[in-house]
Amino acid sequence: MQLVRRFLPLVIGIYLLLFFGPLAGFDFFRIVGEIYNKPSLLLQQLINGLANGSIVAIVALGYTLVYGIIELVNFAHGDVFMLGAFMALTVIGATGVTETSTASEKLTAALLAGAAAIIFCGVINVIIERFAYRRLRNAPRLAPLISAIGVSFIVQNIGLFWGGLRSFFPIMGVNSAAPKAFPDLIGRVDVFKDWFGLDLPITLSTKELMVIVVAAALMVGLRLLVQYTKIGKAMRATAENRDAAKIMGIDIDRVISFTFLLGGALAGAAGLMFGLYNNTVVFTMGFTGGLRAFTSAVLGGIGNITGAMFGGILIGLLAAFSDQYFSSRWTNAWVFAILVTVMVFRPTGLMGENVGQKA
Amino acid sequence: MSKRSYLIISVIVVLSTVLSACATPAPAGGAGGTVTVVSDLPMTGSSLGQTQTIVNAITQAFESKGNKVCDGKWTITYKPYDDASAARGAWDPEVVTKNAKEYASNTNIVLVIGTFNSGAAKLMIPILNAENLAMVSPANTYPGLTKPGKGEKGEPEVYYPNKVRNYSRVVPADDLQGAVGAKWAKELGAKSVYVLDDQELYGKGLADVFNKAAVANGLTVIAQEGIDGKAADYKALATKINDKKPDLIYFGGITQNNAGQLFKDIRNVGFKGMLMGPDGIYEEAFVKAAGDASENVYLTFGGLPVDKLTGKAAEWRDAYKAKFKSDPEVYAIYGYVSAQVTMDAFERVCKSGKALTDRAAVREAVFATKDLDSVLGKFSLDANGDTTDTTMSGVQIRKGKFEFVTLLK
Repeated sequence: MQLVRRFLPLVIGIYLLLFFGPLAGFDFFRIVGEIYNKPSLLLQQLINGLANGSIVAIVALGYTLVYGIIELVNFAHGDVFMLGAFMALTVIGATGVTETSTASEKLTAALLAGAAAIIFCGVINVIIERFAYRRLRNAPRLAPLISAIGVSFIVQNIGLFWGGLRSFFPIMGVNSAAPKAFPDLIGRVDVFKDWFGLDLPITLSTKELMVIVVAAALMVGLRLLVQYTKIGKAMRATAENRDAAKIMGIDIDRVISFTFLLGGALAGAAGLMFGLYNNTVVFTMGFTGGLRAFTSAVLGGIGNITGAMFGGILIGLLAAFSDQYFSSRWTNAWVFAILVTVMVFRPTGLMGENVGQKA
Repeated sequence: MSKRSYLIISVIVVLSTVLSACATPAPAGGAGGTVTVVSDLPMTGSSLGQTQTIVNAITQAFESKGNKVCDGKWTITYKPYDDASAARGAWDPEVVTKNAKEYASNTNIVLVIGTFNSGAAKLMIPILNAENLAMVSPANTYPGLTKPGKGEKGEPEVYYPNKVRNYSRVVPADDLQGAVGAKWAKELGAKSVYVLDDQELYGKGLADVFNKAAVANGLTVIAQEGIDGKAADYKALATKINDKKPDLIYFGGITQNNAGQLFKDIRNVGFKGMLMGPDGIYEEAFVKAAGDASENVYLTFGGLPVDKLTGKAAEWRDAYKAKFKSDPEVYAIYGYVSAQVTMDAFERVCKSGKALTDRAAVREAVFATKDLDSVLGKFSLDANGDTTDTTMSGVQIRKGKFEFVTLLK
């Protein structure tokens, strides 16, 4: 009886998949046939998904970091990511670098934009914490959550306003809310073909390589920071038990501020990468991008750094796979169906939550 | 300033607002007075580039008559409303419904020029229909709003609970646009097409028509798919399409649903074929968003490009440029024509001896529009509220500029 009860959701799930799946493009034999006929396409989509997922994952890290420390879903995080992209765009516009500039000029502009976006978003995030969350730290859970949603709208409107400042920043284009073209500083060079002389049926462009490498580096760096530095230790202690950490002499406010600084910096980096990779930024990208990233964080196990990274990449891969083999009309439905399924069986997410007990 | 003076000032402010609202004289009978005409267009978001020029044109039309009709007896107050929200950056169902309720309950409003997006019209028409409030749309092109048998089952009757039509439009609908698009694709030499849509009423409706017409014209339709207008990118979908090697990709949708990113990604994965879109991406904002990927994109739309206008339309364009110091976008002229329809209907209401505040009379007069000598030439509105004007043009984007290619039949 226990066994039946345990697997009942699974049985219902398979039943639903078999009956309703085909409506949403799930046709097992066709998909297997297509993969068999053209395996290179699957590989190509894996690359697409990996690159996309990497950006989602970096934003997801910001959600998970903050949640791990103060158990708050920082809804404004996605919008801070948007501000990062806007800051990067503004700086690149100010340097006057375009697609036709030399490689060293482009690199300088990208690094400058990255530094500006990282510092700006880090500081913004600290300010948000100081004014919108700190006083609510011991209030009922819903209070800071609502505050976060409010901040999210405020930041979004700052983006809208910023996008309208075309007399100061001509790169913002004709209209405040219009999608803005982000200069293509990296270009699309096929790594396999042009660097190694390999003629493969798949392409890995410099853009995808950049995104994947930078994302991996950021994650490893974050992991090392949390694991091996003094402030990292303090963060873990605060996450585990705030009161005990305080008794041990840890300055809680400083640790939390630092966490927000780190989360904001990651959002800034992700904003720059998004711009360089997709070459379009728009003020609403924070809301939708944030939703995907938040989903990834939950999927991986919110509070868990590796989990967020893993969840982001998984969602990227899943979306690419669905676009190719199911139907792009149903991609969001598939992504969230998987999320629901995972949540039903593992409510703590794939990697579980490692933040310890909360008072 | 002390607390008390703040209090006094705020009381004065509140009172003056209330009083000024009351001060508008209530019009009585056919003696004249003031009526309000509103426009309902998305003015937060990238549509603004387009809609601002429509609002300008409407203002221009009313001002050309000194905002007066019926030998100066009635004054028209024109008020542009925004049906978009900052959160969506495009038309928002919630705002549309809220606006519609406001128009319905404010009896001084006798005509609504709008909406811009067909999805918004779907929500607004039934609410205004119940109140006999006439609508003239300068931009909606979804056929099912007016034409029986051209949309979903039950359309258009579902929008008119009152059983009386109140909605009309001065642009040709998409059953024409989609069909001429498919025909043009064939003339351009395409044999196979891939159809995409943005899953909205306008975009999907158009893509469906294109799909059917393409098949009827002997083209192979590889597939039709919908995109998520909020997705970060479409590389996966573009990779898939590129693998199928269609001669032409058709996108039914609007700039605000990420058309720029979609076209960029299609070109980024190495697609070399033709790209075609409807009037929903015929705007500067699309060229800005898509950048190089907008190069050589084919566009279809009702009417003529602004710089190809002749006769009275050209006079209008020059007057517009002189007044607003900028170029009108493609829909601006329909804004002007909508205002002309409005004033023409008002004149006939007066002649019949009724007051302009009589919503039913205004509605009837709009539907009786016959051989109106507009800046676009003479046209009438049929029983469905559709224009008899069927001019369609094909345009291509070259070096970031819209270049007229051909008239489409």
